[in-house]
Amino acid sequence: MMRFLTSLLLGLTLLAAPVSAQNGPLRLELDQGIIEPLPFAVPNFVPDGPAATQYANDLSRVIADDLIGTGLFREISSDAFISRVSSFEAPLQFADWKAINAEALVTGAVNVSGNKLTVRFRVWDVFSDKELGNGLQFTGTTEGWRRMAHKVADQVYSRITGEGAYFDSRVAFVSESGPKNQRLKRLAIMDYDGANVQYLTDSAAIVLAPRFSPTGDRLLYTSYASGSPRIYVLDVDRVRQTELNTQGGTMSFSPRFSPDGRSIVYSLIQGGNTDLWKMDLASGQSVRLTNTPAIETAPSYSPDGTRIVFESDRSGTPQLYIMPANGGEATRISFGQGRYGTPVWSPRGDLVAFTKQNKGRFHIGVMRVDGSEERLLTSSFLDEGPTWSPNGRVIMFTRETQGASGRATLYSVDISGRNLRPVRTPDGGSDPSWGPLQN
Amino acid sequence: MNVLGKILALGMLSVIAACTNNDPSALGGGFGNGANGAISPGSPSDPRSPAYFQQTVGDRVLFSVDQSTLTPQAQTVLQGQADWLLANTDFVATIEGHADEQGTREYNLGLGAKRANAAREYLISRGVAGNRLTTVSYGKERPIEICSTEECYSKNRRAVTVLTGSTLG
Repeated sequence: MMRFLTSLLLGLTLLAAPVSAQNGPLRLELDQGIIEPLPFAVPNFVPDGPAATQYANDLSRVIADDLIGTGLFREISSDAFISRVSSFEAPLQFADWKAINAEALVTGAVNVSGNKLTVRFRVWDVFSDKELGNGLQFTGTTEGWRRMAHKVADQVYSRITGEGAYFDSRVAFVSESGPKNQRLKRLAIMDYDGANVQYLTDSAAIVLAPRFSPTGDRLLYTSYASGSPRIYVLDVDRVRQTELNTQGGTMSFSPRFSPDGRSIVYSLIQGGNTDLWKMDLASGQSVRLTNTPAIETAPSYSPDGTRIVFESDRSGTPQLYIMPANGGEATRISFGQGRYGTPVWSPRGDLVAFTKQNKGRFHIGVMRVDGSEERLLTSSFLDEGPTWSPNGRVIMFTRETQGASGRATLYSVDISGRNLRPVRTPDGGSDPSWGPLQN
Repeated sequence: MNVLGKILALGMLSVIAACTNNDPSALGGGFGNGANGAISPGSPSDPRSPAYFQQTVGDRVLFSVDQSTLTPQAQTVLQGQADWLLANTDFVATIEGHADEQGTREYNLGLGAKRANAAREYLISRGVAGNRLTTVSYGKERPIEICSTEECYSKNRRAVTVLTGSTLG
């Protein structure tokens, strides 16, 4: 199941196309607040033969769904199309697309030869009568067709926004079923949009909070397989797990990789007290980072690896603190009303996402690293556990509903606070970890 | 009876117990037997039985929101547990610490550990050998009550002393 990932992209080829001029006026500036979604059209990609017809339809659909899902784009229905695109090479009738106000147009062609799939595509700035960037060609296996669609959509997103994208990425999470008092939990991994769910553990032991390595090759997680919460590392491709020897205590949890992937920071419980430790993965040596009687947990590195943001109740209530990566004096950054937890440093380094509990409600929020400009993005009975999209524009988190029939579901929200939407999973879902863009 | 036969008999007893008990709070602390091995509860009328410990002595103490300090009532229950454990030295126990669902998963794991440890330290202070008492935190992963009101939350903020085996084997 996972093997195709390494062999998927046999080739990435620039189509013969004139050297692109500067990007035209078609540009979404995400920092300026997108109120009106940009209208676009993806006429069905042109199949080179009958074997490609279904793939062409499916690729076009997933590309459009990726763009719609951002909340930044609005698809123009094919019912409104004036001209058809029946040849990838034929000149476009720009007037026909202007007439239906399609500001961006994505055209493409699909070829299938055996199990080899080739997709060519171009992105058009309709109102400038020109191509946006260069035509590109992706080659892979038919089995990996969804990834190729995501790669096309990533290109469209990047060319129009000027920012990195996130569609060709995966999310590790905990799949949940059963009532709250007997909930079954399994580690799972899926495409960012909920497709291709694969289970990595059975439900024999409680598993919590998977965390991707920076390159996406490994997952850290907590399991009760031994009877106590302990940290494990799992090789994603081989689905092989190893318990980490966290020293000096019987319970460890809340692990996270350092940006270089060589060490982890985690919580260790000794004598009922939870402190932060760091382990070098090669040597297995652990060193203590905090030493207080408070509960100190949920550590997350800055992207440059020099600092750690974490949660501590040393002031009396859970709040957010930043300390040097090797320990030392911590600076409190959260000062608003309520309780703060699960801080996660953004991939851009400028923001910290967190869970906030105040007046009986839970929120996902973001603040600057110095604690200023706090903004709450969501509000519900129980939201928690944010994770960042690879480009730092979207946050995925857990929403649990209340009462005896309470259920956990994954949600995503734009860091503007707009575009709150559930992520469809076969069962309930919690503790998402958004992995990096795939190569 | 050979060793295998004894294991099978114990297993059957625990299956029967599981089938006849619809109330999960009635036996085994509601959770925790799975990983540590079920033991025979015996008869509640036998003061030396785990069932007596659970139902008459009281196997759990409750905590206030965010607190791990023992209330006077909790200390009374734990004194009873200590007396029982001192009189029944065959048994060892795992103390499970739990939290209600108000709070993040990570914080509640830390809180559950503090609650379990508070109960353990109290039992040790009353003479129970520390090597008979282990702790585990379940955070908010295993509530005993599933409604989302204080009535349920107050029962979920608990430390449960689960007899996990007999030192006589």
